[in-house]
Amino acid sequence: MGRALTVIRALGMMLMVFSLTYVMPVVTSLIYADHIMLLDFLLAMVWTAAFGFLMWMTTRRCKGELSVRHGYLLVAAMWTAMPAFGTLPLLLSIPGLSFTDAYFETMSAMTTTGATVLTGLDDLPPSINIWRHELQWLGGLGVIVLAVAVLPLLGIGGRQLFKAETPGPMKDASLAPRIADTARNLWSVYLVITLACIAALKWAGMSWLDAVCHGFSTTGLGGFSTHDASVGYFNSPLIEFIMIVFMLFAVVNFATHFLVWRSRSLGAYLRDVEAQTALGLILLSCLTIAFFLWWNGVYTEFTTALRHASFNVVSIGASSGYASVDYAQWPIFAPLWMMFIGCIAASSGSTGGGIKMIRTLVLVKQAGREFVKLLHPSAVNPLKIGGSVIPNGVVFSVLGFIFLYFMTIATLTFVLLISGMDFITAFSATLACVNNFGPGLGAVGPASNYAGLTDFQTWVCTFGMLVGRLEIFTVLILFTPQFWRR
Amino acid sequence: MKILILGAGQVGSTVAESLVSEANDITVVDSDGAKLALLQERLDLRTLTGNASHPSVLEQAGIADTDMLLAVTQSDEVNMVACKLAASLYNTPTRIARVRSADFLARPELFNKDNFCVDFSICPEQILTDYITKLIEFPEALQVLRFSQGKASLVAVRAFAGGPLVGKPLSILHDNMPHIDARVAAIFRKDSPLIPEGSTVVEDGDEIFFIAATNNIRAVLKEMRRMDKPTKRVMIVGGGNIGRRLAQVLERDYQVKLIEYNKKACAKLAEELTSTLVLNGDGTDEKLMQQENVGEVDVFCALTNDDENNIMSALLAKQGGARKVIALINRSAYVDLLQGGKIDIALSPANVTIGSLLAYVRQGDVAAVHSLRRGAAEALELVVHGDRQSSKVVGRRIDEIDLPKGATIGALVRGDEVIMGHHDTRIEADDHVIVFVINKQMVKKVEKLFQVSLGFF
Repeated sequence: MGRALTVIRALGMMLMVFSLTYVMPVVTSLIYADHIMLLDFLLAMVWTAAFGFLMWMTTRRCKGELSVRHGYLLVAAMWTAMPAFGTLPLLLSIPGLSFTDAYFETMSAMTTTGATVLTGLDDLPPSINIWRHELQWLGGLGVIVLAVAVLPLLGIGGRQLFKAETPGPMKDASLAPRIADTARNLWSVYLVITLACIAALKWAGMSWLDAVCHGFSTTGLGGFSTHDASVGYFNSPLIEFIMIVFMLFAVVNFATHFLVWRSRSLGAYLRDVEAQTALGLILLSCLTIAFFLWWNGVYTEFTTALRHASFNVVSIGASSGYASVDYAQWPIFAPLWMMFIGCIAASSGSTGGGIKMIRTLVLVKQAGREFVKLLHPSAVNPLKIGGSVIPNGVVFSVLGFIFLYFMTIATLTFVLLISGMDFITAFSATLACVNNFGPGLGAVGPASNYAGLTDFQTWVCTFGMLVGRLEIFTVLILFTPQFWRR
Repeated sequence: MKILILGAGQVGSTVAESLVSEANDITVVDSDGAKLALLQERLDLRTLTGNASHPSVLEQAGIADTDMLLAVTQSDEVNMVACKLAASLYNTPTRIARVRSADFLARPELFNKDNFCVDFSICPEQILTDYITKLIEFPEALQVLRFSQGKASLVAVRAFAGGPLVGKPLSILHDNMPHIDARVAAIFRKDSPLIPEGSTVVEDGDEIFFIAATNNIRAVLKEMRRMDKPTKRVMIVGGGNIGRRLAQVLERDYQVKLIEYNKKACAKLAEELTSTLVLNGDGTDEKLMQQENVGEVDVFCALTNDDENNIMSALLAKQGGARKVIALINRSAYVDLLQGGKIDIALSPANVTIGSLLAYVRQGDVAAVHSLRRGAAEALELVVHGDRQSSKVVGRRIDEIDLPKGATIGALVRGDEVIMGHHDTRIEADDHVIVFVINKQMVKKVEKLFQVSLGFF
């Protein structure tokens, strides 16, 4: 029991930290002088902080060590509690918004999915928009990673939490001897890239508000926009180009970015096979789809086809979720292929979602290994990626992951079908949520949004986003009997 | 010369054996007394049991008046430390260390006089690997030896009926290849040497040694025998130091399969090698060989550290249809027994590697020494110094030089140019002269001939 209390104590502290994130929208509403919003945000901040304080106060004497299983429990609890508190300003300021929709919106923000139930984004108060995008930015690299970075509060359990939240099969990116330093390093790189993105977007002609919001959601690979027409609103090739560049940056493991930064040489990029494969796949897809669109006469000029194909393919492929045109109107090969690479392209340790390229590589190589095994029964053929051997244990865990991943997709699709949704919408919505890229096809396509879903369907999608962001194991482990057995 | 050898392993003992026969005072130090006892039984030398990197042991071994230190223990670190001690404490003039680890070799500044004071570092495994690589590149050749950083090569080849030169006198070599200059240095017919002259007729089965510029080797080989298809598939048995290095070098250009018995070693090999197929199994398991298509293999190399295993697996591979088989054999009795039989090339590591050490021990300026025909013959690369007065060779035509019978000047390397040794070729100072000696006893005489007389100083 003492250990469960430790979880509550840690959760309370995390919530108090989380309440600090309201500072940004508060400052925004001061700048834009909308006093009603200021009050709402301050109220939400106090509520969150007070709740966290209460939890911490009552359990502050429980300083037990966080075990492996409590680490998972804490991460899952954080990732359900934070969006819940995040709904406060939305519920206070947008009349008629149900808790279900508000929770979907904040979960979509924190998991960097980018699916929205809100319409009339252009008319939302600036502070609300900043809030949505800030959540997306924080969720990108992970709130807990941030907490570990700024507060060595968790001490012993830090590495465990870090592992439970960071995506990818191998989580020993030992950038520094201490986990807190590692987390700090990652966040510094993330911050620098984000600031560069904001500056570039401002330079390209966005307003400060738009630049900051889109800067947040681009590097977080979120996909929220301040406009209903998404990036299509700006209709600017320059802006699209800048966002493509930064999305491609964010799809690479941030540990690699850090190594490049620290060593002041591009060597680390050249050694990162995962990033190379991911970028190669995305760029090849851009060209293929551009050619395909031009060939099918969707766009009469190849350059136009290339522009729209590039932006949308990178956006979905990197699991962001912006749209510059209604790509659902393209011949079905194009959007399905975009969604397919959205499932696999993002690197581990990046801000993207999906299976992750490293797992795809492991599976491809494992398949090749089986062929070799058939031809040469006595061959010793370890699985190597970029010259280093992947232990068999990791290969098995990837196989387990991929099974759960497909089962999750299938199950959620069936559940949505039972609820009365059509197949294309159900399947694409499941893919879009579990892989955190946002817009699907059909009723949830880029031209519309998730507002039309029933409450039940919305909850299913919300669950899909959480499961996808925490890479299935962290969430599903809570539903196994072994977890609760003492 | 007083020579101190540290380490009585394979390298240490073969070096000792070969140096004793050249009238040197040898002391061997090793931590294993049994090995030393064995050595002392056979050879006329002094031995000492102890840790080769301890000053007290070195002093006892007489390092104070030693001319040359040869540190060839199993451990790179001990070898390097011994050189450092010899330099700092005892002022030993020449220090040679065996250094195997590529990590050390990648930082040559480690060996200079401010650091470990290693005058020359040798790596027998690397020499063997280079040697085998050449054999795989020229599968028709029995031996390919490099001189002057690879500018000129001495190649041994067995003549076979079908080669344009076979059955004809040597003098037509020049008519057949007017643009290519090559010189036949020696011919061994039924193991006895012939002095090649223009009228000598090449017979089927002759072992021919010729010297040519390295990029002409293939053209000359064509004259001696029908050419094989170029090598594509290589199978190696044994993933030790040599097998691993060889696979590393070859895997870029050939399809390499490597068979290793030890499971753990296999895992490590598979980690280090990129495109080599590592197989876990016994090198003498004919089922495994068949499964891996030994019949399609162009060159099969048995490189474990067990002579008998190497012989057996090479024989099995030959039986299974491998085109050319090479076996690594340490015991010289076995080498003589097998060479030229079913096993195409019986490789004695001692003979291959000893040359690089001998070059440092010899009198005069010897740039390279290669043992030929299991140590019976020798090819030397000598650097010519002095002028017409102080030297017996400078400024003279080759036919004016008083070479002992059986020694031939095959070629000389002047700058970047490779010049064949004709009777009217004049030798200049700083030439690298490649001399072929059919009998080792003449080596001393040849060296003396090339030494600068005292008047030079």
